[in-house]
Parts: sequence; C-alpha cells; structure tokens
Amino acid sequence: MHMRQEFNKLLLLIVAMVGVTISIFPFYWMFTASTLTESQIFKVPPTLVPGTNFFENLDKLQNAWPVWKALFNSIFVSGITTVTTVFFSALAGFAFAKYQFKGRELLFFAVLLIMMVPTQVMLVPMFIIMMNFDWIDTYYALIIPFLVTPFGVFLMRQQMLGFPTELIEAARIDGCKDLGIFFKIVLPTMKPACAALGIVTFMQQWGNFIWPLVVINSREMYTLPLMLAMMVQPGQVVQYGPVMVGAVLGLIPMLLLFLLFQKHFVSGVFSGSVKG
Amino acid sequence: MVYVNKLNRKGKISMQDVSPYLFISPFFILFAVFMLYPLVYSLVLSFSEWRGGEINYVGLANYQQLFTDPLFWQSLYVTGLILVIQVPIMLLLATVLATVLNSNLLRFKGIFRLAFFMPVLIDLVTYSLVFSLMFNENYGMINQFLGLFGIEPIRWFADGFWAKVLIIVALTWRWTGYNTIIILSGLQNVPRDLYESANIDGAGPVTSFFKITVPMLKPVILFCAILSTIGTLQLFAEPYVLTGGGPRNETTTVILYLYDKAFGSFNFGLASAGAYVVTTIIAILSYLQIRMSKGGEI
Repeated sequence: MHMRQEFNKLLLLIVAMVGVTISIFPFYWMFTASTLTESQIFKVPPTLVPGTNFFENLDKLQNAWPVWKALFNSIFVSGITTVTTVFFSALAGFAFAKYQFKGRELLFFAVLLIMMVPTQVMLVPMFIIMMNFDWIDTYYALIIPFLVTPFGVFLMRQQMLGFPTELIEAARIDGCKDLGIFFKIVLPTMKPACAALGIVTFMQQWGNFIWPLVVINSREMYTLPLMLAMMVQPGQVVQYGPVMVGAVLGLIPMLLLFLLFQKHFVSGVFSGSVKG
Repeated sequence: MVYVNKLNRKGKISMQDVSPYLFISPFFILFAVFMLYPLVYSLVLSFSEWRGGEINYVGLANYQQLFTDPLFWQSLYVTGLILVIQVPIMLLLATVLATVLNSNLLRFKGIFRLAFFMPVLIDLVTYSLVFSLMFNENYGMINQFLGLFGIEPIRWFADGFWAKVLIIVALTWRWTGYNTIIILSGLQNVPRDLYESANIDGAGPVTSFFKITVPMLKPVILFCAILSTIGTLQLFAEPYVLTGGGPRNETTTVILYLYDKAFGSFNFGLASAGAYVVTTIIAILSYLQIRMSKGGEI
C-alpha cells in the first residue's frame, strides 16, 4: 500500500516535471538566443547557456527597426483601450444590472449576440470605414474601434448583479446622485472585477495582430507584434538574435503585469480569449 | 428583484429615468458604429461587388465563386483537420495536468501552476517566432534533439504533413496551460471523498481519472471545447508567421484564405461572404456541442 502511494507520487512528479520543462523551455531558449551571436544560435549542438551578445543584438535591432516606438505604440494602444473598456463597461454594466429601463432586454440581447460573432467578420467593413474616415495608418484606427467591448459589458453586468441594491438605495436617500453612487460606492467595490477585465483586455489588445496588419503601413506606426512579424517576412534577412531581443522586450510588460496582478490574472483569463 | 429607480416615481421624467441611458450611451454609440454597422455592412458586401468605393449588387455571385474555389474548400479542410486533431489532444493533456496539479500527493503546486501558466502570457506572433527558430529544418534544436535518437531531420516547413504537425504542436504548447487552469478550477469543485471511496474500492489513479474525473468535469471540458473550437476556426497568426500558409497552401487556414482574398486581391465581396460562412459554421458547431452534452451546464 505504501509502495503504491510512493510510486503514484513519483509518477505525478515526473508528469509535472515534463509538463513544466515543455512549458518553460521555449522561454528559456528565447532569452538565451537573445544573448547569442547568429552563429551561436545555429551551432550544432545548440548553445544552451546565455552568452554576452545581448547588447550587440539590441543595437542591431534598434538600428534597423523602430523597436522603442513599436513598444511605445503597443503600450499606448493597449493602455488606452484597457482603461476605456473597463470604465465604459462598468458604467454600462451598472445600468444593465441595477436599472429598469425601456429597451433594456433588447439592448442586452444585442450585446450577447455580437459577443458570439468572430471579429474577422467585421474586418473588411471596418477597413472600409477606416478608409472613409481617412484613419488608415493612424492611432485612431488602432484605438477607436476597441474603446469598448461587448464582452466587457457582459462581464461587468454579471459582477454587478450581486451588488446589494439596498446600499444604492441608502445612498440615494442620503442625497447621493446617480453618478456619485457609481463613482463612490459601486466602482470601488468592483475593483477585482475591473482588474480581471483590465488584464484580459490588455492581453487581447497587446496580442491583436490581424487588425494592425490590415490598417498599419508605416514602420513608425507598427505595434511590437507587427514589427516582429515584419522582421521575418520573406525578403528580409532574418537575424534571429535581434528578433529574440524584440521578443524579450515584448514579453517584459506582460511579465510585470502578471507579477503585479497575479491573483486577478487567473480569474481574468477564465473569461476567455481566442487564437487569432 | 428591486430596481433602484422604482424608488421615487412621481410620474414625471426625473434624472433617474435618464441616467441608465446616459450610462450605456458611450458604449452603445461605439458599439453601433464599430460593431453593429460593420456586421450589417459585411452582409451587404457579401452580395455585392466592391470597386473603389462603388458597391454593386451581384446577388449570390460571391457565394458561388467561394463555393467553387477549390482553395476555399482546402482551407476549410485544413482548418477542420487541425481542429479535430488538436483540440482533443489538448483537452486530454490539460485534464491530465489539472488532475496532477490537484493531487494531494504533489508538492510545490504553486510553482508548477505558475510554470504551466507561462505560455498564456506570450502573444501569438512572438511564440510563433520562437517556434520557427526551434523548428528550423537545418539547425533547429528540435531536429538536433530528434537526431540523438537517430531520427532524420524533419522538414517542418517544406512538407505539408509536418507543417500541419508543427502548427498543431505550437497551438498545443500555447493553449494547454490556459485550459489546464480552467479545468483545475472545475476539479476543485469535485468532492474529494469520491476519490477516497474509489481508492478504498481499489481503483488506481488511471481508473479514477476515467471513471470520476472525466465525467465530473464534463461541463468544464465542454466550455473549453467550445472556446477552443471558436479559437481554432479563427486561426490566423500562427500559420501567417510560421508557415505563411505553405507549402502549397497546405497550412492555409480559412481566415488566412479570407485575409488574402480581402487584402491581397481586394475582393471584399468574396471575403465578406466567406466571413459569413465561417460565422455560420462557428454557430452551428457551438450549438451542436451544447446539444451533444445535454445535461451539462456551461
């Protein structure tokens, strides 16, 4: 009996270790490759210890590509859309959860319906709209279509359904205005939900690839993933050292975010994201 | 349920009747312009020919062209094949890993959980780049590693079969941890004593896994299956970066095909028709998956 338990323990440990190695290894190789020269990266057998070439690779990268601008663009675009999505979703979610008004069911149904539709359906008409607005290759195209998401409203409404209505009534009797109730009472208690929604939104915007690929032409407007994809296009001389430096730089904001909001990360990620 | 603004109703319009509309208006204005309108616009485009801003009604011509293009069918086939192979493998792996993480016998669970979660943090383009480096046909470490076992270098990019395998491997790496975390939360709701009594009855870990874990997790696995199905049907970044849809379009997914039709040859009508076909497929598959598992709640 004891033997069997020990054996099971060992089996679990082995499965877990194999899983961890496979999960972590590409990251390790990405960091390592960013510190190696091109010939070290492609050496047989492979170089598995970090080298000393990181700053040379960084130099090559920033001389050939607008990496800092791309990093800024990614942070700027993802940051703004995250803040507005969370704010407007909380506002709309509050109305849907705690007010009775004409058209409420119908409007919320529309939100649910659009949530199910893959964003690619909108790709062509959105592109035409951007052309008509003359927004191609600008921040407007990267930001304005994503200021709100139906999913955000859905999530916030779900969270706010549980908020005690008595609290709101009490505040109203005390003379608090609707907007005051939202800012002073509802929003502060919704911080965890806001954090979770914020994380998903930021991740989705950061990883948004097909849209920047469609609306951005000039190098100065690249987001970081777009720049990295352009670095390996056919016709480019691909230098993997600098590419991996770019990859590392792009991962750092996400790692920082993860360390800061670890607790909310998991609950946020439940809410779903898609390959794309 | 008590609604806030039922409190002081005096028959005239007060601030409280207007507030909800004010609260939802920023969302709905943007929602209408950038989601509802494009959705309808896309439907109109799918029955039209678009030329330099001019839209001419062409009836079903786009759909006809789409359904007679062998490449469209091939891209659907490729997407379907990846879906049918990758999603079950991933969900099985995720369930196994979640079970391992949930076991009382395993120590350092926090660290393991963190490690499995890591791939969720990386964006799709970046991990595709790392994979294209690791799977390089001549010098990549994967082929070198396989060489240790006497396996000839695999032509990951030049051979259609292996290119599909490469995409499946990449997808599995990126998304297994994500599904593991979701399934783990479902597992924590499975009563422990079920396992204990099974253990007393002499059931080993493998028996408990298939007789208790999998059935109890049906609703959660269904949720993961639907999300993964929707995600796989929209597969784009990985084939775009890793294989470019090649060789000979053998990894061209349906969204890659539509992207190429729209922005390679500016055939907006055809691309819109295709987008509606894909949406319909997604809707039907999601519906079937929910139906198939009647009794399970999402």
